[in-house]
Amino acid sequence: MQIPLVDYLVLDNGPYLQANECEGCGARFFGRRNACAKCGGREFNSVRVSDTGTLRTFSIVYRAAPTIPTPYVSAIVQTDDGTSVRSNLINVAPDPGKITLGMKVKLDTYVVGTDDDGQEAVAFGYAPA
Amino acid sequence: MAQDIWVLGAHMTAFGRYPDQDAVDLATTAALGALDDGGVTISDMDILSCGTLFQANSGMGQQVQKQIGQTGIPVYNVSNACATGATALRTVIMAIRAGEADLGLAIGVEQMGKMGLLAGGARKEKNVYEPSGRYGAVMGIDGILGTDTMPGVFAQAGMEYANDNDGVGFEQFAKVAQKNHAHSTLNPLAQYQKEFTLEEVMGSPMQSYPNTLLMCCPTGDGAAACVLVGEERFASLSREQQSRAVKISASVLTTDPYVESGQMQPDVNTLTRNAAQAAYEQAGVSPEDLSLVELHDCFATAELIHYDNLGLCERGGAGDFIDRGAPWRDGETPVNVSGGLISKGHPIGATGVANVYEVATHLRGEAGDRQVEGANLGLAHVIGLGSSCGVHILEKSGIS
Ligand SMILES: [Zn+2]
Repeated sequence: MQIPLVDYLVLDNGPYLQANECEGCGARFFGRRNACAKCGGREFNSVRVSDTGTLRTFSIVYRAAPTIPTPYVSAIVQTDDGTSVRSNLINVAPDPGKITLGMKVKLDTYVVGTDDDGQEAVAFGYAPA
Repeated sequence: MAQDIWVLGAHMTAFGRYPDQDAVDLATTAALGALDDGGVTISDMDILSCGTLFQANSGMGQQVQKQIGQTGIPVYNVSNACATGATALRTVIMAIRAGEADLGLAIGVEQMGKMGLLAGGARKEKNVYEPSGRYGAVMGIDGILGTDTMPGVFAQAGMEYANDNDGVGFEQFAKVAQKNHAHSTLNPLAQYQKEFTLEEVMGSPMQSYPNTLLMCCPTGDGAAACVLVGEERFASLSREQQSRAVKISASVLTTDPYVESGQMQPDVNTLTRNAAQAAYEQAGVSPEDLSLVELHDCFATAELIHYDNLGLCERGGAGDFIDRGAPWRDGETPVNVSGGLISKGHPIGATGVANVYEVATHLRGEAGDRQVEGANLGLAHVIGLGSSCGVHILEKSGIS
């Protein structure tokens, strides 16, 4: 059994990220919404977010909670359909010389933990495309 | 605009560690110092505002009253992340403008002990995964889906600027910290007063690339306070009080308006640009008129992007601005001559009052070894993630 780390990661027929898109203005949000931060609208549609994008910014993080392996690469990706996504950059060395701003990246998933019932949590990250 | 408001008295404690004092002691020292400096007493105050973040539920303002005078005036305890101090100031300013007060006391205080700014998400992991929270997460996501840590968030803000503009990288960010550490050697109130070479800054332990340890502000204890007065009461003050008073030409607080990328990482730029623009309009001045700026350098990457956000350099020109030495004490627009948060320290609630103290002290010509010669106009900026941005522009009195 697998369960996504967060509910906006869809594993069935995926994996892909699913956003709530405002019917009024098209602004996209991850997670539960009450109303739109851009226009105040209250109606949303679920949309599939593009799996590919470019690296907008990053940091190589050396200090974290004990359960998190360091260093890791934190990143903001702008997907090809213009949605900002925050995640880790994976399958790349945590070395500023190996990471290029603007580089093409692609969504990927991996098992990040297993609970006492043997259920696996699946996380997503972006890897060089 | 409504009536002019002046800083009549100002004081700050040295920033650092105070294991033998509590936050009430620190706030009291700053409050009494500011009252004495302004030549007034607690009995003259019509309102008191007190900012602290980590003891926001403690009734800090009333605790201070119990030490310096329970006169029955209204107290507003405020908390607004790293903009807490600026919010305390603005609370008094709004009360005076509203005609409810002639004189008021604003205090900012924080005691952080040895706590770190790096506290991350580290939520308790359950044995059985169950989605919870707004994102239906089965465990803490900090460090898995990017970073929530402050050095990391501000590192990404800096690297985004590097992505959009040429000539910005690790070395430019490091030069910011080199400057602020050098400036702090002239400030006896700074938590650290030690100079470092650029190589030492770049070679210190990496926290969150490109921010090394020497490019991050420390935690610490301290307090600052200002006595503010409206123009009607100002007219009845002594000549000496009037000549040392500093005019508040602009006072602005903004929050972050919607931007697409703001869903994923805090946008520290738009609200700062909006606050700066509103402040320049209120004061009727331009960035090039400024004699000095104290801005929110919680991390070196933050200071660099705020050169641009505050209009101190051409759009996109922050890398060149630091490369040509413009923000050094003897440069075009001295920035953080106090040593900034990076070296002077950042007791969170105190910071937004302390930077107004710093600017006011220069405008009075009382800044000692670090005095910016001929200073007549200065700007103080803070930003708290969440987000809030406070900008105050101060002007020399011109009365002799
Ligand atoms: Zn909308």
